Amino acid sequence: MAEIKIITTDEIKTDEYLVNMGPQHPSTHGVLRLLVKLEGEIVHNVEPHVGYIHSGIEKMTEALSYPQIIHLTDRMDYLSAHMNNEAVCLCIENALQVEVPERVKYIRTIFDELQRLASHQLWWCASGMDLGALTAFFYGLRDREDILDIFEETCGARLTLNYSVPGGVMFDIHPNFQSKVKAFIKKFRKTLPEYDKLLTGNIIFQNRTKGVGVLSKEDAIAFGVTGPTGRASGFSCDVRKHHPYSAYPYIKFDEKLGTDGDSFMRWKLRMDEMWESLNIIEQLIDNIPEGDIAVKMKGVIKLPEGEFYQRVETGRGEFGVYIVSDGKKNPYRVKFRSPGFSNLFTINHIAKNWKIADLVAIMATFDLVIPDIDR
Amino acid sequence: MAFEKYDFTPLTQAIHKALIENVSPLLTTIIEWTIIGVLFLLFIAIFGLLLVYVERKVCAAFQQRLGPMRVGPWGLLQTIADFVKLLMKELITPKSVDKFLYNLAPFIVIIVPFLTISVIPFAPGLQALDFDIGIFFVTAVSSVGVIGVLLAGWASNNKYSLIGGMRSGAQIVSYELSVGMSLITMVILAGTMQISEIVELQRGGWFLFKGHIPAVLAFFVFVVAGTAETNRGPFDLAEAESELTAGFHTEYSGIKFAFFFLAEYINLFIVSAMATIVFLGGWMPFHFGDWAAFNNVMDFIPGLVWFFIKVFGIIFLIMWFKWTFPRLRIDQILTLEWKYLLPINLFNILLMATMVLLGWHW
Amino acid sequence: MTNEQLIEKLSSAYPDAVVKQGNQYPEITVAHDKMHAFMQYLKSDSTMAFDYLVCESGVDYPAFIQVVYHLESTTHQHFLVVKANTENRETAVLDTVSDIWPTAEFHEDEIFDLLGITFTNHPHLRRLFLDETWGFPLRKDFHDDIHVVER
Repeated sequence: MAEIKIITTDEIKTDEYLVNMGPQHPSTHGVLRLLVKLEGEIVHNVEPHVGYIHSGIEKMTEALSYPQIIHLTDRMDYLSAHMNNEAVCLCIENALQVEVPERVKYIRTIFDELQRLASHQLWWCASGMDLGALTAFFYGLRDREDILDIFEETCGARLTLNYSVPGGVMFDIHPNFQSKVKAFIKKFRKTLPEYDKLLTGNIIFQNRTKGVGVLSKEDAIAFGVTGPTGRASGFSCDVRKHHPYSAYPYIKFDEKLGTDGDSFMRWKLRMDEMWESLNIIEQLIDNIPEGDIAVKMKGVIKLPEGEFYQRVETGRGEFGVYIVSDGKKNPYRVKFRSPGFSNLFTINHIAKNWKIADLVAIMATFDLVIPDIDR
Repeated sequence: MAFEKYDFTPLTQAIHKALIENVSPLLTTIIEWTIIGVLFLLFIAIFGLLLVYVERKVCAAFQQRLGPMRVGPWGLLQTIADFVKLLMKELITPKSVDKFLYNLAPFIVIIVPFLTISVIPFAPGLQALDFDIGIFFVTAVSSVGVIGVLLAGWASNNKYSLIGGMRSGAQIVSYELSVGMSLITMVILAGTMQISEIVELQRGGWFLFKGHIPAVLAFFVFVVAGTAETNRGPFDLAEAESELTAGFHTEYSGIKFAFFFLAEYINLFIVSAMATIVFLGGWMPFHFGDWAAFNNVMDFIPGLVWFFIKVFGIIFLIMWFKWTFPRLRIDQILTLEWKYLLPINLFNILLMATMVLLGWHW
Repeated sequence: MTNEQLIEKLSSAYPDAVVKQGNQYPEITVAHDKMHAFMQYLKSDSTMAFDYLVCESGVDYPAFIQVVYHLESTTHQHFLVVKANTENRETAVLDTVSDIWPTAEFHEDEIFDLLGITFTNHPHLRRLFLDETWGFPLRKDFHDDIHVVER
């Protein structure tokens, strides 16, 4: 009798092959290149290659004055432009020991949260598109438009705001600002549940994201994954809570924390954060104190000799500015700690042994902005 | 009956008679073939463009926008302009492709709708081929398309295309089974595979109502599996834009791309038409019990109109799926078929057979 | 631990390292050959437990190149800035800390790319942003006639 040989699925191996996802690919949201090693549909290794839009911002800052640097920071994480501006402003103000007026703190914080909402909305609709739900894209952009209109009215720009300057903000808020923000909040409280109806509760969506790409808390800390992505794994890393700046010390808000660390949790957490942002704005919008919109700064800003570090929470995670000053009008060295950079490089760790469709889902819930990574 | 006056049989018979009296039988056949061929060609081209327009408008309505509005009134000429653009575009053949298979693939894909459309009865007497195994013919022929998709994926020499082709192969072969089985369920009810006969049997009531529970189940399975077979969202894995850029037709341009594009929409029409014929009574008007007045009013609407109303109803349903649901993953798609739809189908066939045997249907 | 306690503890544990209170955070400068062991201590010691490497940056000084580590403990919530200088600018070599904090792997790639510090024992030191034809742009003596306009 012939011997029966039992072949397990592990023994049936096909050849691995390499696929270049990017630099031009619909789901990388920019010029990111992922060198993916696949066996059939299974991802064996992901090697991110970055630098396609490296613009040398850190080098450029060495030749620019401090107020000029602020204009470059918009161009990094363009969806969190105001938070980036604010980080540099706070760093300069800290170094010069300048106390900004209360009104500025409130305005900045409201702008922070509006910017976070706009950022999360774009993330929501773009990742819906990554998962194949194209309708989501238009819902998200429709509501984001309201926020951009509010921005435009006050500071003239929609994307790269440049609203913060060292010592305050550039202009006072538009007379319509408060009423428009309140109208937006009222409207958005109604449309936000629509987002959940369209995707979060959908069985296909849940099957695609639940349990996919789990990032443990230990790994999140070790890889320095911050922002909603890190918080979904249970890593309490909200800079607004732990190192409050601007008007965050005055308000009550919850730091949302997840437990599972999977794609669905990352999704859910950002949805919850949008609700929380609405709460924060509501606490502030009626209480903006009267006063100056900026303190008088010297014509040429020179930082004292030394090193200064400032952290803020952007839409994607912890953004840090490290300025080394030698007392001149331009910095000796500026380093930007961008959240996307640290977040991106965990992708190999968590996308391994998932399917290529899951890699796209993981990328979507990581909310990467490529200029933020490349700087 | 009132709607008999919309019967096309006298017209077609008259043409046939006129031809056979004047020219030789061979020439008659050739002329008739040519007329039918040209009609189908025109139909597929125009209906394909119309469906693209409808899809864009439906999608726009779901996404709270207007869709094409600039070219022509309400953007009606937009798809024609797009098609002219596709016709005039350069045909790019990448250097490393398998030239013969690469060029063959779009033709195989476009042949399928031409073959299938020939058995579809648009109105009484308006059917090109009336096999006694019509249903069997449709299921057999519609599987040929997957060969074109696989060839396109393989011959393009592109990894994305290959993954797309393989996905599509796995998917279509699986869902073919569900489509076939849900049709078999209805064949058991009808007792015939001849399509004109199936439509005629629904004169007293559509099979969806006649066969109650098993027919509704079969209809549900057919629409789901049909959506999957036409590679449309949420089952559009083969061309999953965010994963595989454009899947199996990544490397095609110009008219070859248009073939894939057109075939997809005509396949959508065919799936909807089959659902209409087998479940919703084809060109039969909607009758309700013994409401004679209502039924008479319904009879005044021509069969051709009835057919297209039903077809567009199902097309709208399938488009609704696409613009609402996110995409499934490949293993989830196969799980859905093999673990859910197939057992449901097998059970359903048993149920239908029992029902027919015991005469429980209306 | 408060900043004062942290400074006290570190200066008693590592007498040869320079510990001082900086503008915001305590700063400690360690010798390049003792850096790795010191980092290991910071990570593993239960009273320190610096498990989160916030930022790793390189700064080019006239005599040496400095790597600055911003560390935070997620359990004790204290913050520390560690600095390590290379021996000189010509032999810019430091030990990697990527075995302690995996995130350092790519921060070190970036520093290698822009400042030219070679990290020993690094799993895959490669240029992250630029291609091989570039020098090290963040060094102060970097000169490029084609891409950089000097003012």
